[in-house]
Amino acid sequence: MKENKIIEINHLKVTFDDREVLKDVSFTITQGDVTVILGGSGSGKSTILKHILGLFPVEAGVVNLLDQDIATLKEKDELDFYLKLGVFYQNGALLNSLTVGDNVALPLEQHTDLPPQLIEEMVRTKLNLVNLEDAYYLYPSQLSGGMLKRAALARAIILDPPVLFCDEPGAGLDPVSLAALDELILKLRDQLGMTVVMVTHEVSSILRIADKILFVEDGVIGFDGTLEEARKSPLPSLKDFFTVGTGGKKG
Amino acid sequence: MKQKNIHTSQYFNLEGSTIYVSGPLNIYNSSGFLHDAETFFRSNPGTGFSLNLSGVTRLDSAGALALHSLQKTAQQHNITLNIEDTTEEISNKLELFRPVENKTVAPGKKEPLFYRLGDSAVHIFNEYIVTFFYLVSDILFWSVKDVFNSKQRRRGEFLNQAVSIGVNALPIVASMAFIIGLVLALQSSSQLRNFGANIYIVDLTVIAMMAEMGPLITAILVAGRSGSAIAAEIATMKVTSELDALKTMGLNPLRFVVIPKIYGSLITLPFLTILASISGIAGGALAAYLYLDITPEIFFNRMPEALYQKDILTGLIKSIVFALIIVVTGAFFGFKVEEGAEGVGRSTTSSVVAAITLVIIADSILGLMFY
Ligand SMILES: Nc1ncnc2c1ncn2[C@@H]1O[C@H](COP(=O)(O)OP(=O)(O)O)[C@@H](O)[C@H]1O
Ligand SMILES: [Mg+2]
Repeated sequence: MKENKIIEINHLKVTFDDREVLKDVSFTITQGDVTVILGGSGSGKSTILKHILGLFPVEAGVVNLLDQDIATLKEKDELDFYLKLGVFYQNGALLNSLTVGDNVALPLEQHTDLPPQLIEEMVRTKLNLVNLEDAYYLYPSQLSGGMLKRAALARAIILDPPVLFCDEPGAGLDPVSLAALDELILKLRDQLGMTVVMVTHEVSSILRIADKILFVEDGVIGFDGTLEEARKSPLPSLKDFFTVGTGGKKG
Repeated sequence: MKQKNIHTSQYFNLEGSTIYVSGPLNIYNSSGFLHDAETFFRSNPGTGFSLNLSGVTRLDSAGALALHSLQKTAQQHNITLNIEDTTEEISNKLELFRPVENKTVAPGKKEPLFYRLGDSAVHIFNEYIVTFFYLVSDILFWSVKDVFNSKQRRRGEFLNQAVSIGVNALPIVASMAFIIGLVLALQSSSQLRNFGANIYIVDLTVIAMMAEMGPLITAILVAGRSGSAIAAEIATMKVTSELDALKTMGLNPLRFVVIPKIYGSLITLPFLTILASISGIAGGALAAYLYLDITPEIFFNRMPEALYQKDILTGLIKSIVFALIIVVTGAFFGFKVEEGAEGVGRSTTSSVVAAITLVIIADSILGLMFY
């Protein structure tokens, strides 16, 4: 099978007010993989995602997503480009003035000519995939934190995007929902061939779903490899993630 | 007229009783596909078909659900539609994206009209009137009790509020009152001149400003400036759980947030009102000088005769009542906020409308009482 590179980052550097958050970040992400970006809080994981998505201007380095250099993305191509991406934001980012059903339906209503009934069926199917069918008529303010996350995930996958970005989707979920979420991610990968880029700290989840691990430390990619390699890695800070995360004793 | 019409279409091809579906099926063409299907089945009546999906190149969730929907519609018209010859990929997708039973019901709209009317009357009574009076009594209780007990307030907060509600409103209140005093005198001047009663412009301006316009202009402007700010502040605090945080830190949100605003407005609004009245009278004096040839000297000589203690008192009492109304309605709508950012916006709007309405109602009641 041909290894398609979906994302390619070369020498990305990011400074916020003279504070160097990312010094020199380079990596590639292959189609059909679940790639987990790992790292301490504040290490710059969300910043990497936001740069891949073109939410921040790239100040130094090259960011390529789906064969498109983000820095040269033209405004008229933006819509087509973003329709291929599903994004799950760290805090959900649902529109508070719309019901969950309307939130999830929004991209379909805005970008397709599907009949309302089919749209509703699609929304219900996607909500069902995240186990949130009952929340169709509820407003975001009426949901718990974990339900909000699941609703946001349903919105992110409503257009069956080839690439899905998730920023800490598992945080605040109970273990059962978390396992269901992992199962869903795997289904999306295996049956739709979706490429998933995910920031998460949930070790149990990483062990279940990750194909590749990128470890961000001190503004660079400290580790880049498969899950198996990551577990055997001698890098102390990465080791801690797995031992502390699984409740194992540190030697 | 019967017409045998073999429908050729983009997506369907009929061979015997097998329908060959071809092309991609996704969010962008599923609408056209379903439309096509309807025409196809209309022109090819029958009771049983096989649906051959070997020609489907790309299927996404919309396409999968469109196929399910096609099968269901066919069933409703007593047409059996067996899906055959699918790749594993496609049958997996058909399995992953199958329509779910609709278990949730859309809220509301079902009850009879009178039931709903009665319900909302009770609701309004409980939600608004009862809680409003609870809030008023709480506020009155704590504002009296806390006068000499500043433990539950942040130090200097009362002064901050006095400045932001009262002092900062001074320029706008004074200039608006001046303009209204001027216009009021101007409008009356031609009538007075007809009767040769020029000098009564003084009485008219002074009484109107002192007892009526001064307090009213002040209250309406303060309601717009500070009433809305109070509602927005409290509503935001509630939405972001700051009020809960205060409570669990052992601080009464009402005493901590609202009472300083009550003091700040009770102290400053009477002064603001008097200044507004004076400024309005000055405006009247200017109009009198310009249009009725009454010099400022004559105007101010006449003033003591027009200035009744009762009018000054009426103005002051009104300003105190208005101050309470503005802060209490602001706080009320702030505490009543529904979750979410646009809840804050709604609370703010409601608080301004309600405050101005209540101010005008109170003004007419007090006006009648002190007539
Ligand atoms: N918009 C911003 N402006 C300034 N600093 C920011 C901004 N966004 C993130 N940062 C800083 O960049 C660093 C990395 O943040 P982030 O990428 O959110 O970390 P995390 O790995 O926890 O997702 C943090 O120190 C944060 O303070
Ligand atoms: Mg983050």
